Amino acid sequence: MHTTKNETAVEIVAMNKWYGQFHVLRDINLKVGRGERIVICGPSGSGKSTLIRCINRLEEHQKGKIIVDGTELTNDLKKIDEIRSDVGMVFQHFNLFPHLTVLENCTLAPIWVRKMPKKDAEEVARKYLERVRIPEQAMKYPGQLSGGQQQRVAIARALCMEPKIMLFDEPTSALDPEMVKEVLDTMVTLALDGMTMLCVTHEMGFARQVANRVVFMDVGQIVEANEPKEFFAHPQHERTKLFLSQILH
Amino acid sequence: MTGEREGPAARPRLAVLYNPKLRGIFYQLVLLAIMVWLGIEFALNAKTNLQAQKIATGFGFLDNTAGFGVNQSLIAYQESDTYGRVFFVGLLNTLVVSAFGIALATAIGFLVGVARLSNNWLIARLAGVYVEVIRNLPLLFQILFWYLAVLGALPAPRNAISVLDGVFLSNRGIAVPRPLFGEGSGLVLAAFAAGIVVTLMLRFWAQARQEKTGQQFPLGCAAAGLILGLPLLVMIAAGFPIGFELPQLRGFNFVGGVTMIPEFTALLIALSTYTAAFIAEIVRSGIQAVSRGQTEAAYSLGLKPGRTMSMVVIPQAMRVIIPPLTSQYLNLTKNSSLAVGIGYPDLFAVFAGTTLNQTGQAIEILAVTMAVYLVISLITSALMNWYNSRLQLVER
Repeated sequence: MHTTKNETAVEIVAMNKWYGQFHVLRDINLKVGRGERIVICGPSGSGKSTLIRCINRLEEHQKGKIIVDGTELTNDLKKIDEIRSDVGMVFQHFNLFPHLTVLENCTLAPIWVRKMPKKDAEEVARKYLERVRIPEQAMKYPGQLSGGQQQRVAIARALCMEPKIMLFDEPTSALDPEMVKEVLDTMVTLALDGMTMLCVTHEMGFARQVANRVVFMDVGQIVEANEPKEFFAHPQHERTKLFLSQILH
Repeated sequence: MTGEREGPAARPRLAVLYNPKLRGIFYQLVLLAIMVWLGIEFALNAKTNLQAQKIATGFGFLDNTAGFGVNQSLIAYQESDTYGRVFFVGLLNTLVVSAFGIALATAIGFLVGVARLSNNWLIARLAGVYVEVIRNLPLLFQILFWYLAVLGALPAPRNAISVLDGVFLSNRGIAVPRPLFGEGSGLVLAAFAAGIVVTLMLRFWAQARQEKTGQQFPLGCAAAGLILGLPLLVMIAAGFPIGFELPQLRGFNFVGGVTMIPEFTALLIALSTYTAAFIAEIVRSGIQAVSRGQTEAAYSLGLKPGRTMSMVVIPQAMRVIIPPLTSQYLNLTKNSSLAVGIGYPDLFAVFAGTTLNQTGQAIEILAVTMAVYLVISLITSALMNWYNSRLQLVER
């Protein structure tokens, strides 16, 4: 799908971040290969969201290195724009633009960032709306859709930029239970297509099904990372065991 | 009442008494009766008093000669004109200061409001100081400040501060050049109009091309070239048919050009800067009301901050901004009646002020004045509501 200039999609080296005095992320080291699917879990406040938000610079890190697709994230605004247009993100609360139709939500960035002709942008948008299985909602406004539909539009909107990496920040946490599945199904399809994905989620079924590695975080540190089978069967650390015993009942 | 509660025979009457619908009608009838009675009483009372004081009633006075001068008039006016004409002079003066005031206040307000949210520490602080100082001082004080302390402190015309020898600031007002349209100036105006038309067509074409090929066109530069450059070229080619009449110092004042009297200038500056402080806060709160997630979503798609502001944040902020902004427009229009404090001849000063004093016909004049402000305000809010309804989000 992509012409690879290297096999590493994201590389994080000894990264630290503070909010004022509060040390949110401590010595994070993580290497994500192209096409790899990483699920990040951990108790609330452990820094999972902050970690993936650092990857597209919605949050700034203070120490260490983050290299995305061969480009290091610095204060260079041009590089930040480039990285952002190649890294898609899906948010917990969808964050669709309520004043634009579903189609316009999907074509806004391709038109203004990728400088795509409107007609082509709409074609791409319809293709991805088809893929998340809501092509018939294209002319509606986000407020007219259900939560699950909105989140699928949000996924389509990110895909319209044809990103190399997708970040998911608790994509199913704000959904009604019966809508979780439709969003997870969409994510599974995406994973099976070979997309590089970093997902913050507590959907352990999803982790088992598609993740190459599960990363467990606590108090701003990566406690352990392992392939799902091992991770669930033989957690190494006490903290991980405790966490798993609480969420898997 | 206590008797009615006892026997079952009283039941039907009770039902009538406790029926909320009938009760509602009863109270409304009572209220209506009181209003009608008050109205009649008021009218009769006024009639008797007016007769006792030998004051004429009706609108006949509008045809009488006013006999007083007005220091700014957009239509031809002299002392021998009627009160009716004074009314229009005042009305136009109110409208002109309100219209310019609204435009200026909106521009300053949006600028300061956005500046207050700037990441630049100095700019944000300056905007904050502006808002806190201006909105916390009485408007009348500010009008007097501009009139007496700033414009009044300017030198006399013969020592006027000159800007490029064309604009003169003195205590008699601000004199600016007046354009003179000589032979062939029609060509220049035609070029100007053509520039606008071509720019509009260009915009159409650029949009179509963008949709087809994705290329974006530098419309701003092209528009500047066409709208300003083209008339300039024609002007040079035609040998400068449009000239300017410069203000000249003659005796104690300037003649020629156009002079904005200090009353107008002071009122305009005070009204627009004062209202702008409130508009700035409205704009700031409107922008802040748009959730941070919207900005983050736009950034995560690679949109730049400027584009995010104009295509994602501002369109949503407008829904929150418009209703209180309308109130500020209404306030500005009504506050323009403080013109009476410095002698700017607005509707209130010349009609509800001087005309009322001279004729004594308070009821008619106040009723007309009230109606005028009401009509201006209702038109303003109708326009703004229409605009607001177009911005509403579609849900469900």
